[in-house]
Amino acid sequence: MIVRLKVNGEWREADVWPGASLLYLLREHLGLVGSKNACEQGECGSCSVWLDGTLVCSCLVLAAQAHELEVRTVEALAEGPRLHPVQEAFLEAGAVQCGFCTPGLIVAVADLLEHDPAPGELTVREALAGNLCRCTGYAKILDAVKLAAQKMGGV
Amino acid sequence: MSIRIRERTKGGVGESVRRVDGTPKVKGQFLYGSDLWAEDMLWGYTVRSPHPHARIRAVDVTQALTVSGVHAALLASDVPGSKTYGLEVNDQPVLAWERVRYQGEPVAVVAATDLETARRAAERIKVIYEVLPAVTDMEQALRRGAIRVHDHGNVVKHVHIEHGSPKAKAEVWVEGYYETGMQDQAILGPESGMAVPAEDGGIDLYVATQWLHVDQEQVAPCLGLPKEKVRLHLAGVGGAFGSREDVSMHIHACMLALHTRRPVKMVYSREESFFGHVHRHPARLWMRHGATRDGRLVAVHARLVIDGGAYASSSPAVITNASTFAAGPYEVPNAVIDGTAVYTNNPPCGAMRGFGAVQACFAYEAQMDRLAAKLSLDPVELRLRNALATGSVLPTGQVIRGTAPVREVIRRCAAIPLPPEPVERDPITYPGGAGNVSRGERLRRGVGFAVGYKNIAYSTGFDDSAEARVKLFAGGTGPVAEVHSAAAEVGQGVHTVLVQIAREELGIEQVILHPSDTLVGSAGSSSASRQTMMSGGAVQLACRAVRDQLFERVRRWARTRGLALAPQLAIAGTDVVGDGRTIAPVTDFLDEPIVATRVYHHRKTESLDARGQGDAHVLFAFAAQRAVVEVDEELGLARVVQVACVQDVGRALNPQSVHGQIEGGTAQGLGLAVMEEILIKDGRVLNPSFTDYLIPTILDMPPVVSELVEEPEPGVPFGAKGVGEPSTIVGTAAIAAALRNATGRELNRVPVRPDDLVGLEPPRKSAGPPPPVKGAA
Repeated sequence: MIVRLKVNGEWREADVWPGASLLYLLREHLGLVGSKNACEQGECGSCSVWLDGTLVCSCLVLAAQAHELEVRTVEALAEGPRLHPVQEAFLEAGAVQCGFCTPGLIVAVADLLEHDPAPGELTVREALAGNLCRCTGYAKILDAVKLAAQKMGGV
Repeated sequence: MSIRIRERTKGGVGESVRRVDGTPKVKGQFLYGSDLWAEDMLWGYTVRSPHPHARIRAVDVTQALTVSGVHAALLASDVPGSKTYGLEVNDQPVLAWERVRYQGEPVAVVAATDLETARRAAERIKVIYEVLPAVTDMEQALRRGAIRVHDHGNVVKHVHIEHGSPKAKAEVWVEGYYETGMQDQAILGPESGMAVPAEDGGIDLYVATQWLHVDQEQVAPCLGLPKEKVRLHLAGVGGAFGSREDVSMHIHACMLALHTRRPVKMVYSREESFFGHVHRHPARLWMRHGATRDGRLVAVHARLVIDGGAYASSSPAVITNASTFAAGPYEVPNAVIDGTAVYTNNPPCGAMRGFGAVQACFAYEAQMDRLAAKLSLDPVELRLRNALATGSVLPTGQVIRGTAPVREVIRRCAAIPLPPEPVERDPITYPGGAGNVSRGERLRRGVGFAVGYKNIAYSTGFDDSAEARVKLFAGGTGPVAEVHSAAAEVGQGVHTVLVQIAREELGIEQVILHPSDTLVGSAGSSSASRQTMMSGGAVQLACRAVRDQLFERVRRWARTRGLALAPQLAIAGTDVVGDGRTIAPVTDFLDEPIVATRVYHHRKTESLDARGQGDAHVLFAFAAQRAVVEVDEELGLARVVQVACVQDVGRALNPQSVHGQIEGGTAQGLGLAVMEEILIKDGRVLNPSFTDYLIPTILDMPPVVSELVEEPEPGVPFGAKGVGEPSTIVGTAAIAAALRNATGRELNRVPVRPDDLVGLEPPRKSAGPPPPVKGAA
C-alpha cells in the first residue's frame, strides 16, 4: 500500500507492507536510520519521533497511521553542521557512549524542553522513563538535560 | 629518546576530551550494524530450535524455497568448512545437525529480498524433532547418570585452588550458601552485520563485534577460506558488555552471501537477541570463612558451580576467574577453592562485564558481613583489617606487584557523606515510584558496603597482544596522524582514548582514525577492561617510533646543512622544536609519510597448576561501593537511594569517560541486584523481551557519587588501569547488603525479588552438600 507523509518538511511516498510500522518505513523505505529499532515493543524509546507534533514510539505506529501526517525525526534537529542545543549538551555532558539510545533520547529531551523549558529533576526522570540506556547509568543524561535547558534559555 | 619540553597538547591524556564519534551519534548519522545497506542486498533470517534438547530427524527446505523472493535456505550440510566453532573450545555447531542442545540453537538460515519474506519462508522450513529429556539443573548435571549434553561429559572445566593448609583452625567460622540468576547484557543495538561477497572469492564482513580478529579466526575455517580472504570491518556497535565476544550472525551471513553472490544483512530482533548471545552464568556458591576473634581471616573454603549452558563459550575462563577471586580482596593465609563450570541444556553462558568476579563478590561480601556480625565488628573495619595491599599473596600464590590501594578505596568510600533523609518528598521518590503505590508508611532504610576486584587483560599465560599502526603525513593545514587499530569501539570510548594518546605522544592535535578492520593486526578483545592498556600501549609505541623517524629525518636534514641541533627535539603544535626554539614546520619533513606499526604485550603470566598455583593475572583493579536503599516492608518494593563508589583507576586518561564507566557499570550491578534475570523453566526462556526482562530505567537509578583513586600502575602505559568492570562487580553486592541491612533478612539470592523482601519466599537452600567433581583433587 502507498503511504504519503511529510517527513522533516518534505512530502514522501512509500509502498509498504500493510503490517509495516512507521519505524520500518522510515528506516527501510526512506533510509532515515537515525531512529533505532531496539525492542519493537515501545519499551525502549530508541525509535522516538514526532507524529504531528506528538512524541511517539514509531515502532508502535503503523506506517499507514502516518498517512497524510507530518513526521519529524532526529535527522531534522541539526541545521547542517550546527547542532541542536540538546545534541550539543549530550556531547558536552558525556551522555553518549554506544549511542544507540541517543537519537531517541535526544528527541525525547527536545520534546520535553519544548513543553517545559526548565524541568525539575523528577520531571525529567518521569519524562525519560520510557527511554532505556544500557551504557551510561543515566547520570550524564540528567546532566545533559540540565545543560540543554540552560543553553535554550530555561533555567 | 627525545624528551618533550613543551606545553601539553590540547586534547591529550588526562583531559575529558569529547568523544570522536559523538557528533554523528547525536545526529543519528552513526551507522550501526543494523543500519548498513547495499544495492541488491538480501536479508538473512535464522531458524532456531524450539526445544532445549532434541534429535533432528529430518529437515525439509523445499517449501521455503518456493516462496517468491527467497534466494537460499541453508543447513549444516551447506557449511563449506568446519561445522563447528568456539572461542575457547571448538564445540558449537554453525548450524545444528543430528542434535540440538538448547532452545534457540540455529538449525537453518534463509536469505530473501526483505526481512518479512525471510521470516515467512523460515516458517515453511520443516524440521522434525524427536524431543529428548533435558538436563537443566547445574547440580543435577554433575550427578552420576545425568543426561550427557556432550559425549565428553558435563564438566566444562574444574578449577582447584589450594593455599596454605586445608585444615587450618579458626576461632570463629561463618558459613553461607548463595545463588545468582542469569543476567543478560541487554545490548540496545542487536546483533547485526552485513556480508559482502568479494571478487577474489573471499568475503567482507561488516559486523558489530568486540574482537574482529577472533571472529576472523572462527569464521574463516567454517567458510573453508584462508584467513586473508575473510576481511572483517567494524560496524557501529550498540553496546557489548561481553555479549559480542562470541560469534552470532557472522558465519550465517557469510554463508548466505557466498551462496547467493549478493550482500546479505542480518539483524536480530529483540527476542532473537536473547537467544543469539551468551549470558552471565547463573551461579551457586558455598562458602565457609574462618577468622580470629579480632577479625583476621584465617581460612576461606569455597565451592562454586556455574551453569555454562549447552556450549563452552568462555566458561573455562569465567570459572577460572570466579575461582581465583573467590576469597575477595583480602589476605587469606589458607584457602581451598573449587570451581566447576558445567554443561546443561540451558542457553549458553559466557562473557558479561565482571566475568565471574560478580558472582564471587556477591558471595564473599555477604560472608564478610556475616563475619562482622558474628564478631560484633563494624563491616568496614573488618574489611580494612584484611584488605590486600601491594606485596600481598593471593590464594593462587600470586604476589601483587602493582598498586593495590584497597584500604584507600574503602576509607574514601566510607567517608562520602550519606544522603539526608528527606523531610518532605514527592510520591514518585518512594519505592514503587511512578506506580504511586506507597506513601512510605513502612519504609526502612538500609546501608550496605562492598569491596571487590578483578584482573585487567587476559590471564593464565595468554598473550593477548595489541597492534596499532600510526601514519604521520602532511595534511592541508599541518601534520596529521592517522591511527589504525582494530580495537572495537563498543561505546566505552577506546577510540577517543587512542586519539588522546596519539596527541599526547606526537604533540600534534590533528589525529584521525582509520576505520577498524582486519587489515591491521589484532588489537585483542574489547573486554577484560584491557583496551586502554593494550591498544593504548600499541598506539604509544607506534607514535614513539614515528617520532623517532621524524627526528631522524630532521637530524639528517640538519647535517646536510651543517646545522647544530639540540640533543633533544620535540614537536610543538605544527613545528619541530629544539631547546625551545622552532626548527622547521613538521610538514617540511613529510614529503613521504612516516608509518610505524607496533605491537604491545603485557607482562607474561602463567597458567594455574594442579593445585591452582600460578602468577595468573597481569594486574588488578579494585573498587568499593556503599549503597543506601529504602524498602517498603509491606509491599516488598525497594529503591536504591544513593550509590557511593570509589575506584582504583591507576590514572584517568579521560576523567569524564571514567566516571561514565563507573555510573554505567553500577547500573548493571543494580540491575542484577534487584530486577534482571532471564527466567528459565525446563530449559525454556520465559521472558525474552524488554517488556518482561527489566533493565534499570532513569527512575530506578539513584545518584552515583563516584571518586577516583589515582595511583599510577607501574609498567603500564600512563599508569592507567582498565575501568569498565569493577563498579559492576561491587554494585550487586553492595545493594544486596543494603537490602539485608534494611530488612534483616538473609537475601542470599540475586536478583532480590519483592517476595524475598517481605519474607514470602524463604532464603534459598542448597539441595545438599556441594556436588563433588569426579577426578578433582
